[in-house]
Amino acid sequence: MAEAIADNSERELPYVRAITEGVREVLLEQDNSFVAGEDVAGAGSVYGYYAGLLDEFGPERIYDTPISEEGIVGLGVGASATGCRPIIDLMFMDFLGECMDEVANQMAKMRYMFGGAATLPLTMLTMSGAGASLAAQHSQSLEAWICHLPGLKVVQPTTPYDAKGMIIAAARDDNPVIVVLNKMSLGLMGPVPEGPYEIPIGKANVVRPGTNYTIVATGRMLHEALKAATQLTELGIDTEVIDPRSLQPFDTATVVESVKKTHRVMVVHEAVRFGGIGAEIAAQIQEDAFDYLDAPVARVGAPFSPVPYSPALESIYVPSAKSIVAEAKKQLGL
Amino acid sequence: MTADISNKTLIDMHRRMVRIRLFEEAAGKLMEDGKVPGALHLYVGQEAVASGVMVHLTNKDQVTSTHRGHGHLIAKGGQFDKMFAELYGKSTGYCKGKGGSMHICDLELGMLGANGIVGGGPPIAMGAGFSAKFRKTNDVAVTFFGDGASNEGAFHEAANMAALFKLPVVFVCENNGYGEYTAQSNHQAIVDVADRAPGYGMPGVIVDGMDAIAVYEAAGEAVARARAGQGPTLLECKTYRYYDHVGVRGMGLKYRSDEEVALWQERDCIDRIEAHLIEQGISTQRKLENVHKSTLKEVHEGIAFAEASPMPEPSALLEDVYA
Repeated sequence: MAEAIADNSERELPYVRAITEGVREVLLEQDNSFVAGEDVAGAGSVYGYYAGLLDEFGPERIYDTPISEEGIVGLGVGASATGCRPIIDLMFMDFLGECMDEVANQMAKMRYMFGGAATLPLTMLTMSGAGASLAAQHSQSLEAWICHLPGLKVVQPTTPYDAKGMIIAAARDDNPVIVVLNKMSLGLMGPVPEGPYEIPIGKANVVRPGTNYTIVATGRMLHEALKAATQLTELGIDTEVIDPRSLQPFDTATVVESVKKTHRVMVVHEAVRFGGIGAEIAAQIQEDAFDYLDAPVARVGAPFSPVPYSPALESIYVPSAKSIVAEAKKQLGL
Repeated sequence: MTADISNKTLIDMHRRMVRIRLFEEAAGKLMEDGKVPGALHLYVGQEAVASGVMVHLTNKDQVTSTHRGHGHLIAKGGQFDKMFAELYGKSTGYCKGKGGSMHICDLELGMLGANGIVGGGPPIAMGAGFSAKFRKTNDVAVTFFGDGASNEGAFHEAANMAALFKLPVVFVCENNGYGEYTAQSNHQAIVDVADRAPGYGMPGVIVDGMDAIAVYEAAGEAVARARAGQGPTLLECKTYRYYDHVGVRGMGLKYRSDEEVALWQERDCIDRIEAHLIEQGISTQRKLENVHKSTLKEVHEGIAFAEASPMPEPSALLEDVYA
């Protein structure tokens, strides 16, 4: 956690309030920024992470919109291309389907198509993840969809500290950045310094140092991987856990450096395993560190099914410390 | 045709229309001769719409366009050399050869690009209008789209939000009777797209899109309304494209009759404004011919510039993905 508590702050906040603070710092810092999305003003979002911002900044900075995701993203694209630095909110990542043209064909491509003439300093916050029995259309982890689109940056902060710092970094970036949040982490407590600070986009975090095994875990799976790492110590495995934090651009170097040291690696994400970001990470590892590998790269992700509703099914659908340990044992022949 | 328009504006509109026509005629020939790659969607026939709207706008006013976007850029002041260069895929083009016809743009002129996605423009223009209001400027945003795009969800979301937020946006529907190769009667149950406007709480106005002066007057009211903070207007211009959906002869699909095309050509917008200019003694045959001649010279110079320009270097491939 080398950079996790940079200012010696003792203060702890839940993930949800770290999001609020990140957005608040942006609104304080940038006069031309505003928040627009469904239920963001009066309700402070369905998960409450904009709570208090309407009172503090007023209706000229925080806008409730109609339930019109394509319109919301279009608003962000048009406004960011003409002098604003909007923060737009996509209530659930599953709603990407409603606005994918504006995301994939307009937001991501405008700069390139225009030969660099357009700059889109646009930040989109969206909520991902299973675990709340919200079933197949409100629980997905669709990062792979948007990581496949040149022109976008995609970050996935997973601690309160990172959430605040990555929202600020995203808003200061002159590119469209999608910040993928996790709904099951909203109550997670962690140190959050006062005032503005930035978690650089494109830099992975070695959260737990280790010597003979590496787990690369994205999003909420970081916490499951940390639990798994503790369990693996009993088997003599000293696991290094890496949180990429930024999926696009992806910090391949940090991962490869770890693998060259540990020689065995697993990639874990909550998204469906097939075609997930883990497949790309595994491919990059074998391209850059093939000769250092003592075992095939293992991958843990959700099975190839929509997210189920029943807690009995959902709990086995989402990867966990248990499934990570089981897969590690298989991989390592333990 | 009323007199509530200055001679200077009439001459200005005429020049914009001729610039579009002659550029497009040349561009179509270049495509059919195989000199430029890709697909061009030509604006010939619809010149009165872009010109009649654009004379009301400054470079700070934003415009979103369509796949049929050359006319909008030219009417907003686009330069032929950079346009032809873009069509040729040259590094000196408006988009350094990375966008081509369907993404041609000039952000300094407030032209936020042609758009390859039908209905892609209205949400972006709504956002530009939002931006103008948020930044407390007096600027407006105009989105051009077709009858086909009026069936896209993107248009409806943008129209609702523009009206809800009372944004300075003008929705200009260029109803040319066809969504690609499908006649309007086969793609929507209404005749007038403007009928949809009251559903969003904005005025809908129908205008003869072959009459530049009529477009000018209606657009003037819509733009003034937007500038005055009174919200958006849907302006439906009944118009027609003389050439095919793509190119001049296109794919030779038989989806409309030659008689129908001829009927619309009899109402040609340039013929009409030229007749008016002469009748009213505002211009002369000779002066009008000079406009055509000087524009044609500009066309030839633009093509020569494009042909002499270099292709993009391979190193340009990965530039401009990110800021």
